[in-house]
Amino acid sequence: MSIQNVMATADIAARRRASVMAALVVLVVLLVLLSLGVGPVRLSPSAVIDALFGGGSDVQQVIVQQIRLPRTILGLAIGAMLGLSGAAMQGLLRNPLASPELFGAPQSAAFGAVLVIAFGLADVRSYALPVMAIAAAFASVFALLAIAGRNAGLLILILAGLAISSLAGAATALVMNLSSNPFVVLEIAFWLLGSLEDRSFRHVMLAMPFIAAGAVILFSQRHAFRALSLGEETAQSLGVDVGRLRLMVISGVALGVGGAVAVSGSIGFIGLVAPHLMRPLIGHDPARLLVPSALTGSALLLAADIAVRLIPSTSDIKVGVLTSIIGVPFFLYLIMRERRALSGGVA
Amino acid sequence: MTDAALVTARDVNVTLAGRRVLRDVSLALSSGHLVALVGPNGAGKTTLLRALAGLVPSDGIIHVRGDELSSLSLRERARRFAYLPQGHLVHWPLPARDIVALGRYPHGATDPARLTTKDAEAVLRAMQAADVMEFSDRRVTELSGGERSRVALARALAVEAPVILADEPTSSLDPRHQIDVMKTLRTAVDKGALVIVVTHDLGLAARFADTVLVMAEGGLVSQGTPAEALSEQVVADVFRISAYRAEFQREAVIVPWAEI
Repeated sequence: MSIQNVMATADIAARRRASVMAALVVLVVLLVLLSLGVGPVRLSPSAVIDALFGGGSDVQQVIVQQIRLPRTILGLAIGAMLGLSGAAMQGLLRNPLASPELFGAPQSAAFGAVLVIAFGLADVRSYALPVMAIAAAFASVFALLAIAGRNAGLLILILAGLAISSLAGAATALVMNLSSNPFVVLEIAFWLLGSLEDRSFRHVMLAMPFIAAGAVILFSQRHAFRALSLGEETAQSLGVDVGRLRLMVISGVALGVGGAVAVSGSIGFIGLVAPHLMRPLIGHDPARLLVPSALTGSALLLAADIAVRLIPSTSDIKVGVLTSIIGVPFFLYLIMRERRALSGGVA
Repeated sequence: MTDAALVTARDVNVTLAGRRVLRDVSLALSSGHLVALVGPNGAGKTTLLRALAGLVPSDGIIHVRGDELSSLSLRERARRFAYLPQGHLVHWPLPARDIVALGRYPHGATDPARLTTKDAEAVLRAMQAADVMEFSDRRVTELSGGERSRVALARALAVEAPVILADEPTSSLDPRHQIDVMKTLRTAVDKGALVIVVTHDLGLAARFADTVLVMAEGGLVSQGTPAEALSEQVVADVFRISAYRAEFQREAVIVPWAEI
């Protein structure tokens, strides 16, 4: 057998991954066009493209460029960030049940943001909101990894995550409880459900720098996740600085999730689901899963955000509610599938 | 203790969770040697390997090829020491070829799909040496224990490091595969590597090693050729057993026989 033979099958796998990626990109582009076209005024994809590049009527241009584009950009970016963080957390912890939302990161970020809103510490549209959300998300992921220790089993991770998200939820409830202004409480309650409605370019500017920074940090660590497939000690022996890697992942997830939550509220389960949808198509290599998971996350959130606009109901369904209603049964299915690992891997 | 030694350690101590696991270990080992590290459970064999590879903090001075270990970057250490841990853990069902290719990680080949010719050739050599070519595309999680341990060995060989540290590479293997693994390591030694193998199998140590290091309670208690290092007295003191001793095809034969 020669090098050519050994590499030939690797090439076949690489070609399959490339076609999956191309299909994902096409899907995301279609969903973007659809997302720009759906609303009180329905626009066909060709009308959307026209309006986007300065054609069509003035009204159509305003609807697409001013009203819907920020929402679509946020859906695209936040979905991608959630998918990417899920894949990165699963890579770091070498565990298919890992994801930021199960570990309380968005809940903690929401608590940080709620503090700002409830006590009127700053304008809701100021950078104080994402900064507080990021700080709280960082603290929660850091606490989780510190509690769980180095080679934590599933059970410890999930229990610690449950405790942290419960604590963040309770702290948020306490803030609402203590708030004297009922309108602020109502506003917080709706915001916590997670939504992309009525977002402007101001929101895009608020979230994007943090999401971009988080994504760059996580993506830069991709090859270390692959080495980590062999366990922390072997990865270290191959030259991976595991302590630094952990810190980078915590920072990347906190920046991205904190930035996202600050403008959208908490949108759950996309980070958990996206990598799972990709493994059968892309394989299990944690480095190769990052970008496809990000694209899948975008597709999922855009699709969910289109769905909430199409589902007929008397009041608006929040996109965060929809993703959780679909995501939780999926999580239960994963638990069932991983039952053996869960009962055997108690550590 | 010659100047030509590839790896030297002076007064190495390791304390883990308040317990001194390694006490004042000093050694000097040259390239082209197969060294067996033996001793009862808890003697500190694995800790010594990890200290040499820089995977646990230690006091004392370790030199490799004349450079002090603490002065080397993680990546440079990784190029000089190939570390094969116990257990051959792989967390994701990756193809065997990708696992072996991770051996080139210290050389900058972080993506198994984009290896340079030099790296691809090293991977191929390692896969041939460990005889894993036939399942290069299979997922490691689907392989038998013996096959998986050969993939892990190939991964360590692919580093093409001057020093290979192998922690019980033959445990859980059938006799035929134990001999295969030791012969593969012997081939690496013949090409100039220093191979340090932790093993509980005194028979294999006597049969294949050039030098045997005997550890007990965190310290080195005996070293030399298999027959010298594993003398009747040492085997009795350290392992508290008697052994059948003989010579076969000019190699020492030691078979643990009875407790004393």
